[in-house]
Amino acid sequence: MFRKVLVANRGEIAVRILGALRRLGIPSVAVYSDADRAAPHVRCADEAYPIGAAPSSQSYLNIERILETCRQCRATAIHPGYGFLSENATFASACEAAGITFIGPPAAAIRAMGLKTEARVLAQRANVPTVPGTSEPLSGYEAARKVASAIGYPLMLKAAAGGGGKGMRAVHSESALEAAFRDASSEAESSFRDASVYIERLIERPRHIEIQIIGDKLGNLIHLGERECSLQRRHQKVIEECPSPFVARHPGLRERMGQAAINAARQADYYNAGTVEFLVDEQANFYFLEMNTRLQVEHPVTEMVTGLDLVELQLRVAAGEPLSITQEQVEWRGSAVECRVYAEDPGHNFFPSPGLITRYDAPHGPGLRLDSGVQAGFTVPIDYDPMLAKLAAWGSTRGMAIERLRDAVNRFAISGIRTNLSFFREILADRLFLAGEIHTGFIAEWLARRASPTPSAQQEIVAALVASLATVNATVPVQANGAASQWLRSGRSAQLR
Amino acid sequence: MKRQVRAAGREGTLDFTRDGSSVYFTLDWEDGARDTGLADAVEVAPGHWSILWDGQSFEAIVEPEAVLVNGSRIAAHSRDPRDWSPADAHAGASGPAHIASPMPGKIIRVLVNDGDNVEEGQGIMVVEAMKMQNEMQSPRAGTVRTLRASVGGTVAAGEVLATIE
Repeated sequence: MFRKVLVANRGEIAVRILGALRRLGIPSVAVYSDADRAAPHVRCADEAYPIGAAPSSQSYLNIERILETCRQCRATAIHPGYGFLSENATFASACEAAGITFIGPPAAAIRAMGLKTEARVLAQRANVPTVPGTSEPLSGYEAARKVASAIGYPLMLKAAAGGGGKGMRAVHSESALEAAFRDASSEAESSFRDASVYIERLIERPRHIEIQIIGDKLGNLIHLGERECSLQRRHQKVIEECPSPFVARHPGLRERMGQAAINAARQADYYNAGTVEFLVDEQANFYFLEMNTRLQVEHPVTEMVTGLDLVELQLRVAAGEPLSITQEQVEWRGSAVECRVYAEDPGHNFFPSPGLITRYDAPHGPGLRLDSGVQAGFTVPIDYDPMLAKLAAWGSTRGMAIERLRDAVNRFAISGIRTNLSFFREILADRLFLAGEIHTGFIAEWLARRASPTPSAQQEIVAALVASLATVNATVPVQANGAASQWLRSGRSAQLR
Repeated sequence: MKRQVRAAGREGTLDFTRDGSSVYFTLDWEDGARDTGLADAVEVAPGHWSILWDGQSFEAIVEPEAVLVNGSRIAAHSRDPRDWSPADAHAGASGPAHIASPMPGKIIRVLVNDGDNVEEGQGIMVVEAMKMQNEMQSPRAGTVRTLRASVGGTVAAGEVLATIE
């Protein structure tokens, strides 16, 4: 096993990986930007070193600085987490060249799966079905128009270097193609520094179901079942669960998708943890979407249902150990549901809400798991993704897991910033969600049909009373940092309307 | 103590007296309804209140222009009735509405032109902040005036980018 491991990430995933290292007795190293000195990940590591200014390009994406830190503290391996450098083949190669183990797949597999068009070809070669579309990036709008009329509408434009929903646009008619092509290209350029996009046919009302795989360097490759991630807002997952209620209704589907995922991964000579994403239509046909060559954000639901620790498995296979379990030994017990808690305001079109967290009271209870990257007193920086934490619940049935999660969401008290917890309160009580009738357009449809919950008369009275008590009580206005004063200023100007 | 209150769009006058944690109150709503009662109110943490009233336990968290009651966000406002101004009486109904980014960001797209008529909730521009593209929407129907946003421009927190009249 490794002598010392550096975690090249921040937030909840850094905390989660550092926890696994601590439990395995492996000395751990955190790195941090100027915005993160007080962040939990810095405080729960054995050692921590600054790596630059707040913008991620100057810190968490700074390959030279991270490798230099690794050499100086004599760490022998780097865990990249997700995001940042986790799917950067150049970084993986640079680690290996420096004699540092990259805890992830081989650089060649990252490179192959990172180019979405090349990944499609790989999948086809492994006889894994893909969505009809182009395998080459489009040269320009004219080329896009030609391909689009051949494939037919509706279709999807996707960034070739993409992921995380960036650079994606659904197009329903030719009249909308030009604007969508321009938007997708510019978003791809700003997110991935690569403006190339390609076209896929749009599958109507699909589910997004993905298969977790893990392999060792000896060629053993197994799958750990599926996760249903159909609940997405603007192509970003917000609620994930294992097992998928759809797969649970279709005997044999898990095994077929699992085998397809293994075949695709084997085609890329894959090892370590990875996820093969599929679109699944209403007839249970599944199509390869892409492969994420890293630990996923939503890995906890798989861990809760299989009882495995994915980060521990990643560390062991990266150190050269053979997989300690066989496919036959993988068991799925009960159901787990997770929601991603974001610093964003569901009352204002989900606009990000960074700033000082004044209160952070996490819920406790049977079957709950909280992976958190923040704490009370921490200022959520404007420089990174607004995810604060992942809250997950396990139950012997899906219904029980959802009840536990809903109760936990209701009792999670975060003050100082806005969060999307109130949004989960409503979704987790939605009739169609409870019935498992979900697809990737579910949240967009839900937002359109959603009846704003009408507060009870008592709640209105309490609101009026507390608003009054608070203004009368307030002697010193809370103004801890610049962000708060901006809120105050904009609040005041709103009152002057 | 008298306060002019608004909760979930309902206006009223609140009269209350405090004795330790006990609050005796009378709430006269504009629609003629009246609620009176004795509540027990304790501020358990700054801005976080525990209210025991009417046989129920309420958790209330104060936010700018809102109170979260048992997790439900209720738009709420309280002011001294002596501060009454004609502008308040028409708040939200007329007068220019400013669109400002609550945080620093970069303008990715401008979706309207100066002089366009827009609906409530219509997208005005897209601002990239915290790695996300965020659509700024019109708070009400009206005409776009003084559109200051240009694509590629950076915006400061609170900077007014457009006015809807």
